[in-house]
Amino acid sequence: MIQIKDLHKSYHMGSNSLHVLKGINFEVKEGELVSIMGSSGSGKSTLLNILGMLDEADEGSYTLDNVPIKNLNEKIAANYRNKFLGFIFQSFNLINYKSALDNVALPLYYQGSPRKERVERAMHYLDKVGLAPWSHHLPTELSGGQKQRVAIARALASDPKVLLADEPTGALDTKTSYEVMELIQGINDEGKTILVVTHEHDIAQMTKRIVNLKDGLIIDDSMVEQVRASQYV
Amino acid sequence: MFSRDRWDEILEALNANKFRTFLTAFGVFWGITILVLLLALTNGLKNGVTAGFGNFATNSMFVWSQQTSKPYKGLPKGRRFNFKLDDVTALKNDFPQLKYVSPRNQLGGYNGANNVVRGTKTGAFQVNGDYPEFIKQQPMDILQGRFFSYSDINANRKVCVIGTGVVKGLYDKDEPALGTYIKINGVNFMVIGTFKVSNSQGDKEEDANTIFVPFTAFSQAFNFADNVGWLALTAHDDTAITSLKPQIMETLKSRRKVHPEDDRAIGNFDLAEAFGRVNGLFSILGVVGYFVGALVLMSGIIGISNIMLIVVKERTKEIGVRRALGASPWTIKSQILQESLILTILSGMVGITFAAGVIWVFNYVLDSNGPVENFANPSVSMSVVFTALIILVVSGLLAGLIPANSATKMKPVDALRIE
Ligand SMILES: Nc1ncnc2c1ncn2[C@@H]1O[C@H](COP(=O)(O)OP(=O)(O)OP(=O)(O)O)[C@@H](O)[C@H]1O
Ligand SMILES: [Mg+2]
Repeated sequence: MIQIKDLHKSYHMGSNSLHVLKGINFEVKEGELVSIMGSSGSGKSTLLNILGMLDEADEGSYTLDNVPIKNLNEKIAANYRNKFLGFIFQSFNLINYKSALDNVALPLYYQGSPRKERVERAMHYLDKVGLAPWSHHLPTELSGGQKQRVAIARALASDPKVLLADEPTGALDTKTSYEVMELIQGINDEGKTILVVTHEHDIAQMTKRIVNLKDGLIIDDSMVEQVRASQYV
Repeated sequence: MFSRDRWDEILEALNANKFRTFLTAFGVFWGITILVLLLALTNGLKNGVTAGFGNFATNSMFVWSQQTSKPYKGLPKGRRFNFKLDDVTALKNDFPQLKYVSPRNQLGGYNGANNVVRGTKTGAFQVNGDYPEFIKQQPMDILQGRFFSYSDINANRKVCVIGTGVVKGLYDKDEPALGTYIKINGVNFMVIGTFKVSNSQGDKEEDANTIFVPFTAFSQAFNFADNVGWLALTAHDDTAITSLKPQIMETLKSRRKVHPEDDRAIGNFDLAEAFGRVNGLFSILGVVGYFVGALVLMSGIIGISNIMLIVVKERTKEIGVRRALGASPWTIKSQILQESLILTILSGMVGITFAAGVIWVFNYVLDSNGPVENFANPSVSMSVVFTALIILVVSGLLAGLIPANSATKMKPVDALRIE
């Protein structure tokens, strides 16, 4: 599903330049649930943003579902993001003046699907994350865990190939984190490929594979015995 | 471009901060209100002043004889003279560009001595001896009966058409005037019509106190022989009367043996020129109105642009999220553009409506308090409203342009990082 080879990324600030990714190679197969770990500043978010086409690598190749991701203009990148990717953010990033339902329907709006279909599908995914009764509430009326579930429903709405989650449980307490992880595991069980950036070992243990980053390089990449979140909930 | 979803998106965004939307809209509202009001007031002033010209065909001039100021061909200076009827014929022959050449003789006048008698009633009225085409030069509303015709002229019929003021002065209320006789300077004339000068402002009273008599009967009754006191000349629409003026004056001077350089011998009033001057003044006033209005409007537009910029800045993260979800830069840009466009047009429409309301109240007060000198019927035409709308659309787009561009300048990853 994902192949990256010799990925480099530097940030330039004035005369200083910071080499953040120093040659990343890895592959993710369809249906994997991968966690990316590493100390703060090791480049996890940078890597995820490049995978998400929100940012561009300086060097190296990136192939997503057999499509080479190279020299995209913003229009095509937006189209690829819409079709291929679902994002889950640490701070949820819901649009606060839109109802839960409208938030979930937004990727479908950008896809150009008709209103009725949008509402139906958004409702379906809200139901899937257990928030159908909250569909007309604004994000400000929801708890952190609920917001993240709306965000997950939104990420799923356009039926993307890959979900990218940057510390999805970073703003949540342990119990809510496990609930969210349970949801993510469920989605993965249905075959969706998911990448999760996290700091927390217990969260990482709930994925199937842990990639460890240090100073811009992968220092460890191993399969793990998946811990089901449901046993904590 | 404007699907219902787009609408919803835009209205939602504008609704998200009502107070800010209101403040933003107010600038444009105010600008367009001022613009429309200024134009309406200019128009009112123009209507008022041009109404002072009455209804007289504007491509006209008036000529009358005065005193010579130079001796010529053995004739002394200070000589009084009259135009003659054959001057009229000569002008008609020499100047095919002239549509009407109407001679007129006058008696009495406003504030003059009593000159008209009917039974026990008397009055001081202006009496004009005219040709039938005069009514084409100065349209008036015939209330009863008719204006005189060439058959009246040719038969020297002693008939007259009287103004509403004359009717009031000489007749009891509801007393029929048609067919009755009035005595002008001792000569009986039969009333064949009554009239009212439409749309005249300043000289309403004077006009109402006027009696029209066929030129021939007038000359005969009051011993004017073939003298003519006054000429009203109207040119065809394709010729400006002002351009004919020098030749006409030359012809008249040579016919009346006036020194070619004696400019005081013949008085004239060039209605076209005066009208043109007034029109020119109002064109300038109109331009000033547009200019000032446009400046005020521009500050409103800068306000919109400014606030949209802030809005875009505040929504940087939201825009980042939208782009992560698949919004293309153009989608974002056009949404910002449309937000500003809708805001501008909406507030502009409210402004136009408000201004229309103010103008209506103004007219209402004017109507109920009677006419004001040099001011009448302030109004704006549909074309002005359209111009204002076009200005609004263009300015709405301009106002949105900079913010729309700044909205997509940032990479999505940077936009998402903003807190
Ligand atoms: N836009 C940027 N401009 C300059 N430097 C940046 C930028 N983004 C990230 N960096 C730097 O790159 C390095 C890697 O950042 P990154 O966000 O990928 O780390 P991370 O592994 O996600 O850390 P954390 O766990 O704290 O989120 C950091 O030193 C960071 O300061
Ligand atoms: Mg990070």
